[in-house]
Amino acid sequence: MTQIELRGIEKFFGAVQVIHNLNLAIADNEFIVLLGQSGCGKTTTLRAIAGLETIDKGDVLIDGKAVQHLKAADRDIAMVFQSFSLYPHMTVFENVAFPLRATRMSSGEVDKSVREVARVLRITDLLDKRPSALSGGDMQRVAIGRALVRRPKAMLMDEPIGALDAKLREEMRAEIKRLHVKQGSTTIYVTHDQIEAMSLADRIVIMHEGFIQQVGTPDEVYSHPANLFVAQFVGSPVMNIAEASVADQAGAASVRVGDAPAGFEFPGQLLPKLNGHSNGGLTLGIRPEGVLVRHDAAPGYIPVEANIIEPLGSFDIVDLKVGSTMLRARTKAGYVSGPGEKVHVRIDPEQAHFFDTASGKSLGVRL
Amino acid sequence: MASVALTNLDPASRAAARGWSDLTIRNLFIIPTLVFLIVFNIFPLIYSLGYSFTNFAANRAEPWQFVGLQNYRELLSDDHIWSNFVITAKYVIVSVAGQMIVGFGLALLLNRSFPMKGLITTLLLLPMMMSAAVVGLFWQLLYSPSWGPINYVLGLGDFAWLSNPDSALYAVAITDIWMWSPFVMLLSLAGLSAVPQHLYEAAAIDRAGWWYTFTRITLPLVSPILLIALIFRTMEAFKTFDIAYTMTTQPTAELIAIRLYKQAFQQWDTGKSCALAYIVLIMVLAITNLYVKYLNKVKER
Repeated sequence: MTQIELRGIEKFFGAVQVIHNLNLAIADNEFIVLLGQSGCGKTTTLRAIAGLETIDKGDVLIDGKAVQHLKAADRDIAMVFQSFSLYPHMTVFENVAFPLRATRMSSGEVDKSVREVARVLRITDLLDKRPSALSGGDMQRVAIGRALVRRPKAMLMDEPIGALDAKLREEMRAEIKRLHVKQGSTTIYVTHDQIEAMSLADRIVIMHEGFIQQVGTPDEVYSHPANLFVAQFVGSPVMNIAEASVADQAGAASVRVGDAPAGFEFPGQLLPKLNGHSNGGLTLGIRPEGVLVRHDAAPGYIPVEANIIEPLGSFDIVDLKVGSTMLRARTKAGYVSGPGEKVHVRIDPEQAHFFDTASGKSLGVRL
Repeated sequence: MASVALTNLDPASRAAARGWSDLTIRNLFIIPTLVFLIVFNIFPLIYSLGYSFTNFAANRAEPWQFVGLQNYRELLSDDHIWSNFVITAKYVIVSVAGQMIVGFGLALLLNRSFPMKGLITTLLLLPMMMSAAVVGLFWQLLYSPSWGPINYVLGLGDFAWLSNPDSALYAVAITDIWMWSPFVMLLSLAGLSAVPQHLYEAAAIDRAGWWYTFTRITLPLVSPILLIALIFRTMEAFKTFDIAYTMTTQPTAELIAIRLYKQAFQQWDTGKSCALAYIVLIMVLAITNLYVKYLNKVKER
């Protein structure tokens, strides 16, 4: 039962401010992912919660109690490091037992707790080995075991699977999710990988240059990105972003991308919503799956030429040239046979996002 | 070294023009060193082993005789020699333990960043760069009963550190600790800075206190390099001569090396001295061997 709250956190490294007025409330049992590029302040935030980093302003509250002046050891929070940070001179058993022995738990209880965690993490066979004899995935299991064994108030994870190879990463991702569902402790997880964030998080906190950009469920940040940064950071393949202009065409709205000869047809109710942006300063965002492609002409579809095709197995990403702008569309595998093919394209109004170019903020248009 | 392939000589080089091969050049580098080692180290070693079985005396022209193991027998049954060994053992234990504690303690203090760290570290290293004989003479002055600064600061009146039979050995050991703690400090500092910071962070998260972190993380990870310092200092302390010889003439501070010196160059009992030197050598080898075995065990982890 742990709530964590961050109030007005500011952090400077010398003259550089790495965290700007950060506010965040994390509910009990919630799995929060801090997502952002390297250098965005996400790890610093995590370390500040852990007590490994001091903060210059603000409060860190754990269960309503301000802890920013407490040492890491007194916050009762466990952490899994990206570098694993296993103690190299101890066996796996001793590593997992370390946090228990450090608080003088009786050896019978230590043994029981360690074996139970080892069973959950399937590392019982490894208990007598040293970390140097383990594979990357097993090392991470041990590191997670060391964090879980003392049933901490909260778990902090700093890119825990960032150092593993792709296949193992996927496995460990599923395992972390399984563990969280089973153990249910408040977890804060830092990553730069948006797929990890989407698959693990109850809520994602997207950070950029020390500012929180958006906080929301994976579906919210994916379907309703608050600004251009979030729109482009979340989702793979990346969302198409293009300068756009909107015009009234016999009651319907026509959205032109860049200098395209023709506009895409949108319902007329878009017009009043984009009133302030009839003279430009408008950016259209559309995910590749919102760019609809067909071979034959149909009303509302614009004829375009396919450029590059990236086959990705279950689907293709096709670059379409609309005027001088490239739109990337997601199609069935093999739907567009090759570069140069003429196809017809439309934008699904329900999946379109409109942003103010100057501020990057979403205009919140829903159709 | 068989696996090391020699690089081929550049055919345009001057060496090649003289008809040299890489082997010739390699030998040119190695042979002088080998010759030097054989002439000045290995040959005297073997020669003195031979002397140790004779009654040879370097200052007499009389022919010497082969006496078998008599020198060894006499030495090992000589109470005087044994008391020298006991004194030496006491000295080694006190002085090496002191150096390890002071040196490692200083390293712990220095293993963080503070202003003028480099300068302070360098100043702390100065003692071990001095000549031992000079250190001995200076500490003799420092220990001086009537006007030495040590008695003045400690308020000990005219306590005679070096001519008191009970304190002479320890006074020498203190000087040795002062001189050689920096060596232990230097090695420890290297060991301490090699402990990754993230392990300390992990330990802090794991709620380990200072002492627990020190004994479970710091010490085990630094112990291989501490053992190396221990080996070096034990070997050196065992053969201490210069400091002790310049500082005191007390028989209670007569280390085995001083005994050996007297036997060889005051009594001119060359054959017997060689035997004694071999006994000391075997003892030092035995002790260091124990350490090295333990070191390998520590390193395996």
